[in-house]
Amino acid sequence: MNRPAAPRTDRPRTHAAAYSGIPAWVRALAAVAAVVVVLPLLAMMLRVDWARFVPLVTSEPSLTALALSLRTSAASTLLCILLGVPLALVLARDSFRLQGLLRSLVLLPLVLPPVVGGIALLYTFGRQGLLGQTLEVLGLRIAFSTTAVVLAQTFVALPFLVVSLEGALRTSGSRYEAVAATLGARPGTVFRRVTLPLVLPGLASGAVLSFARSLGEFGATLTFAGSLQGVTRTLPLEIYLQRETDPDAAVALSLVLVAVAVAVVALAYRQPGAGRRGRERTTAATPAGGDVR
Amino acid sequence: MTLSFQAAVAGRGFDVDLAVQPGETVAVMGPNGAGKSTLLASIAGLLRPDRGRAELNGKTLFDLDGGNRTWVPPHHRGTALLAQEPLLFPHLSAVDNVSFGPRSAGVPKRDAREQAMRWLADVKAEDLAARRPAELSGGQAQRVAVARALAADPALLLLDEPLAALDIHSAPLLRRLFKRVLAGRQAIIVTHDVLDALMLADRVVILENGRIAEEGPTREVLERPRSSFAAGLAGLNFVPGTLDGAGVRTGDGLKVSGHDEEAGHLTTPGRPGVAVFPPSAVSVFLTAAHGSPRNSFPVTITDLEPHGDQVRVRAGSLAADITPAASADLGLVPGMAVHFVVKAAAVSVYGT
Repeated sequence: MNRPAAPRTDRPRTHAAAYSGIPAWVRALAAVAAVVVVLPLLAMMLRVDWARFVPLVTSEPSLTALALSLRTSAASTLLCILLGVPLALVLARDSFRLQGLLRSLVLLPLVLPPVVGGIALLYTFGRQGLLGQTLEVLGLRIAFSTTAVVLAQTFVALPFLVVSLEGALRTSGSRYEAVAATLGARPGTVFRRVTLPLVLPGLASGAVLSFARSLGEFGATLTFAGSLQGVTRTLPLEIYLQRETDPDAAVALSLVLVAVAVAVVALAYRQPGAGRRGRERTTAATPAGGDVR
Repeated sequence: MTLSFQAAVAGRGFDVDLAVQPGETVAVMGPNGAGKSTLLASIAGLLRPDRGRAELNGKTLFDLDGGNRTWVPPHHRGTALLAQEPLLFPHLSAVDNVSFGPRSAGVPKRDAREQAMRWLADVKAEDLAARRPAELSGGQAQRVAVARALAADPALLLLDEPLAALDIHSAPLLRRLFKRVLAGRQAIIVTHDVLDALMLADRVVILENGRIAEEGPTREVLERPRSSFAAGLAGLNFVPGTLDGAGVRTGDGLKVSGHDEEAGHLTTPGRPGVAVFPPSAVSVFLTAAHGSPRNSFPVTITDLEPHGDQVRVRAGSLAADITPAASADLGLVPGMAVHFVVKAAAVSVYGT
């Protein structure tokens, strides 16, 4: 892009910004906020032992933990989509008694300490739990297994998917669905051919957020699934364990999680429209800077 | 091939009984909140009335009377709805939008596409087939939406102000298109525009406060309005009251003399009736004008507004059209007390 040579008058060099009206002290506090978030990450990166980074990250326990984390997070994300899409749809489009209460309860894991979630799960699926004895009779032992890891992750990650999808469903409204129904489409067809495609961006960002939350899960997992290498010891648990014996290894593995988190955030919060498929042509209605590929 | 519809929605004060004959297009008009959208939504199955029953071509749409709980969901009704906005599915191309109805009815993909292309050609939009809705202008999108509604092969087409959102350049083109596709088709069109009713509909139904205020052939309703809304559409002054000898007497004692539209009715006093006269027949005087047979009403001017090359003088619900020169001569301003004078020969009086 060719930018014209800067004129001699001291106009802003980049595109002229509209008047924002932000007081200076607000800007200063915003800068402090940014430092609060960025500085610890920076401090950690300064402690990385780059010479030993690759061997530390590729050690056998590390790789085992990373593989387990990726496997369980993928499974819990699938579970979140499978259960969260119907839940979001019912919360956004249906109306029934106690709907508001259900919405609040579903969002509870967002604000609950994960360790409390772990205890709750233990008293549901544990050997002494509400369903545990029934499951025991059926020969199913969930607590302290990989299944428990997936359950713990699903418990904490489900609200992320439900919240972002419910928002997308409310924004898109149900007028397209009404038109589709009057054109003769049965509810299943409307869901598959109209509702899902319309909220796909919201579903995708919800799924990415759920995956990230699952990947970072620690408290509920430790309480409900324990820390067995190769079975329930996910990457965050491995990091916590290594911190006791080999802080360098803990820092190196932390960096791996930071990298994954950055990638996830970039995926979930990319500029709207930046990732749209490029069959659209520019029209007069397309705002300047619209993506044309 | 008829629609019979009778339904009530208590929460909205809606109670309408309507029939549409085979091949007939009915225009539904009325002020905002009169129940026009409620009517369409009840027929389409997007709203469940409290009671009533409806049948389309012998098939029950709903039957909620006398303990019955029959309710056919929208996708089994065969009533395609075309709204003010085209509401094309944004993720589908124009041709995929049009083939949505046939595909939902189980037509194989290739056949549905062929049908869609035929309907697109019918609305002169075949060159838009590959475009996404975001790449269409308002008029183009509405044309594709018409093709999509027709492709669903509806037994009854429901149109909810289909021209209201279009700019003045695309509306005439779409109106001609509707004129063609609605010919011989069973349809209900909700509109604010009296031109739509005249051009597209065989019959007009005026809804007021959730009830049918008046219905009949469009020309008849406009020539002899029996509701103030229809009189407003036709641009006529409308004075309701009771028939009284040589005219109509209103509730607050005003007497309007006119000529008898239906010979004999004026001689049966006490019946409800109306006096109707065009604003162009009204003159404005500063003092009471005498001399029979003329009507002179003392009024207070509420508004002055341009109306074509005339000035429309409004006084409450009455209006007079005079020349700008006359308005200047009289020095008319809002709030001024004047007399509206109209010859009895220009006033039509009939029973309602």
